[in-house]
Amino acid sequence: MSVLLQVSNLSMRFGGLLAVAGVEFSVAPGEIFAIIGPNGAGKTTVFNCISGFYRPTAGRIVLHGGDKSIDLIKVLGGSLRWRNCVRPKQLAEGIYYWFFGGAFRVARAGLARTFQNLRLFRNMTVVENMLIAQHTRLRTGLLPGLFQTPAYRDAERQALEQAAFWLDKVGLLPYANREAGTLAYGQQRRLEIARCMITRPKLLLLDEPAAGLNPQETRELDRLIMELRAEHGVSVLLIEHDMSLVMSISDRILVMEHGRPVTIGTPPEIRADPRVIKAYLGEA
Amino acid sequence: MTLKRRLPEALSMSLLTALLTLPVLGVHLQVEGLKVALQGDARPVCIAMTAVFLARLFQEPLKQAYSWLNLGRLLPGPQRLATYRTPLLTLLVGAALIWPFFASRGAVDVATLSLIYVMLGLGLNIVVGYAGLLDLGYVAFYAVGAYSYALLAQNFGLGFWECLPVSVAMTATAGCLLGFPVLRLRGDYLAIVTLGFGEIVYLLLNNLDSLTGGPDGVKNIPKPTFFGLEFAREPSTPGGVTFHRFFGLDYRGGDVVIFLFLLALVLVLFILFVIDRLIRMPIGRAWEALREDELACVSLGLNPTVIKLSAFTLGASFGGFAGAFFAARQGFINPESFTFIESAIVLAIVVLGGMGSQIGVILAAVALTVLPEVARQFQEYRMLAFGLVMILMMIWRPQGLLPASRPRLELPQ
Repeated sequence: MSVLLQVSNLSMRFGGLLAVAGVEFSVAPGEIFAIIGPNGAGKTTVFNCISGFYRPTAGRIVLHGGDKSIDLIKVLGGSLRWRNCVRPKQLAEGIYYWFFGGAFRVARAGLARTFQNLRLFRNMTVVENMLIAQHTRLRTGLLPGLFQTPAYRDAERQALEQAAFWLDKVGLLPYANREAGTLAYGQQRRLEIARCMITRPKLLLLDEPAAGLNPQETRELDRLIMELRAEHGVSVLLIEHDMSLVMSISDRILVMEHGRPVTIGTPPEIRADPRVIKAYLGEA
Repeated sequence: MTLKRRLPEALSMSLLTALLTLPVLGVHLQVEGLKVALQGDARPVCIAMTAVFLARLFQEPLKQAYSWLNLGRLLPGPQRLATYRTPLLTLLVGAALIWPFFASRGAVDVATLSLIYVMLGLGLNIVVGYAGLLDLGYVAFYAVGAYSYALLAQNFGLGFWECLPVSVAMTATAGCLLGFPVLRLRGDYLAIVTLGFGEIVYLLLNNLDSLTGGPDGVKNIPKPTFFGLEFAREPSTPGGVTFHRFFGLDYRGGDVVIFLFLLALVLVLFILFVIDRLIRMPIGRAWEALREDELACVSLGLNPTVIKLSAFTLGASFGGFAGAFFAARQGFINPESFTFIESAIVLAIVVLGGMGSQIGVILAAVALTVLPEVARQFQEYRMLAFGLVMILMMIWRPQGLLPASRPRLELPQ
């Protein structure tokens, strides 16, 4: 089985608190992988580590894509190591990422994430939210923009078309010129997913996408995620509390408790696992 | 009766006023022969007490009258401003083109100064208004621009037009070099570091005698030329041609003032054009997005350092623009033109005009430079008026005179 994302021995320590310890899993291309667990199990911490917002205390996170693999921790850029002084290539990489590294590199490698409590640009219009997401690909430069060259206008038009395509996909096209903050909650959730998808990610990280949605909207979300995978081949890693959603769409599930992995398995296996029931309901 | 209930409070407030104002307004310094004596003067204190007493007593009716007047509606909001923008600008520019030929030399000179502040305000507006980075040391870039032109002219004999791009490039480099380490900081920390940078530049200019001439400054900075034609009675170099001889006019000292004003106007229009394009470009959008939510930007692959740096560098280079022109206009610069108070005034222009509003910044810059000149006899009350205006603005229009939102790219339905 080929692997898209490989997380090995991931640990995250905040001072004296070991929030996550020894988490290992891999996501295959086109797979929908869920992480579940009681509150405080460390799911979001794992997410923040993968998306580069935290620097893990230990472990490796590697994204394999096409012909090359990207170490998602190295691109954050960190303190230079003395032992790399004798290895020019590593040293050069270290210096490069020290200057030009950061969590944004993780996103550029092909990971897009949503947030538990929505992070839209609320005062900007819906379509502008979609344009910001295309910023890195919209390499228009300063001078072409100042002179409004045909190439620049062309790029702008294409970006608008892309935005329209994705807004249509999530059913927000009629609201394109409205301020994002004025949308209904469910629409804002869909906009956030569309904003991720327009960056053409290999892996989509969804942090509690169904939180605050009604059953009808949850079913629509379920359909949307399946559609994204079928049509655009994106892999999905999600955290979710809504068990019906998790069980219906996930290929595999990682169960966590107290920052440690409990088990990994398919939905039927998880449902039958006594350790999972214990983690959620406590000992009988 | 509410007045009766307000009476005790009004009384206590006026007593408090007396306490606060007594040491400041209640005593005069008087020279008696060789000695200086303190002399009590109850009148100003009584006036202040009465004013506070009445304002407190009639607080409710005053508030009602204020809301009835509805002063906020006098000035247009962002939507209405957008429709007025083009005719308003055309009118302003048209008036500015004709006006100097009829106005007095002093008035044109003041107008040129206010145009320099317009340039500075527009430049800082990118940093503070669009990118949301509080920069308290903007004057440093103004100084870099001015000194780079002055020193290039003094040491290498270069003219204004050759030096302008060079000093803009140098200021941009300075902005970039300062910005790179500093822009990882946020909010207040950034403000403090930029404040420090402004002071460092001021101290450098003052103490680096061998290069900058220290407190004496740089003298004899050449004025800009009109396509190589000098504005002087006699050409400064043998074989040079002056403006009035070339066109067969009589020499008038006022010509150079008018020329400088028109040149400043052209530079302002150029800056306006560039900024107008910038904020419609992806980079302008990215500035706003970064101001709203940095984490979301990072999660979409935007490099926050580069985006902030671009705002900082562009803002700085417009400061350099203004600086080079300032040096050329004055003909003489010294570090005293680049103190913290200049940064504060430019920041006040941006805040007063409305963050991110170009017309607002222009109006505020003109107001803050022209009004003190017009009201010279009240010079000693200048800072008092300044504070009063700021307080009134906070009550009346906290978003600035003419707040504007960035023009949005719309999806045709």
